[in-house]
Amino acid sequence: MSSENSKLVKLNNAGFKQNDKWLVEGVSLTVEKGKIVTLIGPNGSGKSTTAKIALGIYKNIEGSVEKYTNKVGYVPQKISIDWTLPLRVYDFMLLTENIKDEAIDEALTLTGVIHLKNKNLGNLSGGEFQRVLIARAISKKPELLVLDEPVQGVDYTGEIALYELIKRISDTLNCGILLISHDLHTVMTATDHVVCLNGHVCCSGSPMDVAKNNEYKSLFGEQASQILSVYEHKHDHVHSDEGEIKKN
Amino acid sequence: MFDDFFIRALFAGIGIAFVTGPLGCFVVWRRLSYFGDTLAHSALLGVTMAYTLDLNIAISVFLISSVIALILIQLQKKTNLPGDALLGLLAHSSLAVGLVVIGFLTFIRFDIMGLLFGDILAVTTDDLLIIWTGGALILLVLKLIWKPLFASTVNYELAEAEGLNPDRAKAIFTILMAAVIAISIKIVGLLLITGMLIIPAAMARNISDSPQKMVIFSIIGGLLSVVLGLYSSLEFNTSSGPSIIAASLALFILSLFKIKQSIKLKN
Repeated sequence: MSSENSKLVKLNNAGFKQNDKWLVEGVSLTVEKGKIVTLIGPNGSGKSTTAKIALGIYKNIEGSVEKYTNKVGYVPQKISIDWTLPLRVYDFMLLTENIKDEAIDEALTLTGVIHLKNKNLGNLSGGEFQRVLIARAISKKPELLVLDEPVQGVDYTGEIALYELIKRISDTLNCGILLISHDLHTVMTATDHVVCLNGHVCCSGSPMDVAKNNEYKSLFGEQASQILSVYEHKHDHVHSDEGEIKKN
Repeated sequence: MFDDFFIRALFAGIGIAFVTGPLGCFVVWRRLSYFGDTLAHSALLGVTMAYTLDLNIAISVFLISSVIALILIQLQKKTNLPGDALLGLLAHSSLAVGLVVIGFLTFIRFDIMGLLFGDILAVTTDDLLIIWTGGALILLVLKLIWKPLFASTVNYELAEAEGLNPDRAKAIFTILMAAVIAISIKIVGLLLITGMLIIPAAMARNISDSPQKMVIFSIIGGLLSVVLGLYSSLEFNTSSGPSIIAASLALFILSLFKIKQSIKLKN
């Protein structure tokens, strides 16, 4: 099903060791254009490490990484901006690439934080900051998007909207996405391929296959395999990106 | 109107302020003040080398400081000593060795005070040429590496992931630090160079809301400090370095009032 030129990044039996301790080992996966690959696993299972291997942040790795694109957007798991660095949202959007103002506005509008454009990054809430991080990563129109727990701290309705946005971006930009998430609900419904990590790949495949896997069940519990049904949740209203209430 | 030496000192100081402004911002952002100190302390060795081999002081200081920076990077890889201990080790041992070597150079009359604290009488037209061409070169290179350097200052992994090569930018920045110390030594003196880097930048932080503004205010602060400092140095017959740094401290204190205001406004 995969043609050779749709590949964006490929890990071959990759692993990374720090202070003689394996953070993760033996990971093989491929991210292709227009596809979403999701990494799941408990804390310390090597999800972020795997993402960093794919991004080329770690240099001395076992195995190999083949990267077929340089247009990368990255949302790291943790980022802290020191007070000594005065940085507005607008400055942050231009951090790694000079992007046109229209593209900046478009991305900030999509993630619902256009009103924060001239605010200082230090004054944002956790959820607002995540929305800015996502906006920055997608404003570059990347071919490969790596999202490490992109919706942490975002309110529940916002979370669903952002996952929908991510799915839409993968379709419209035809970009490949490597997603790390704890939220099994949303992940399982939007993903093409799931890799379940626990220091190594414990299982991988389509969401359905993974949910049926016994190792997955023992890692996440019986309940987790039952949340596969498409998440449906009825409201009599929706929230616009600015948080206003609109009746259905 | 002025004696010629003073005009030279003024132009030297102005040239230096243009460079220490933006570099100082990075020193504050990247928490490199002690690193700057270490390079500056090692500059004394550079000065002794200049006298013994009859080299230009700025060039010789630049070479020695670069070497010390390289040694530091190697030591960081080879030992588990914490960074500040390594910096202290290099700073004080190179200062000590420099002073010992000076003790041996009895055939040269040394103005130690001038070296440590700056001397407005010491600037020659050759120095001016080095300061302005060197300074222009430093700013040009800084502009070229701005994107990767700034991005990795905000977040190293982000810069690396999105293909900006932050390691190269960091290495080049280290060389720029050695260069700015080399051109500042005559006016500011090697013990106070770090102050010239940090204090105007710290002042600028208090009144800026974007990185570009902070750089510009840092340059302006440096220029004001140089002009005020040099005039008072001439007036009161004090060393030029301390006078400049004291002026920048006054500006910093003034900027604190602005920050108090903005905190009040927020509440």
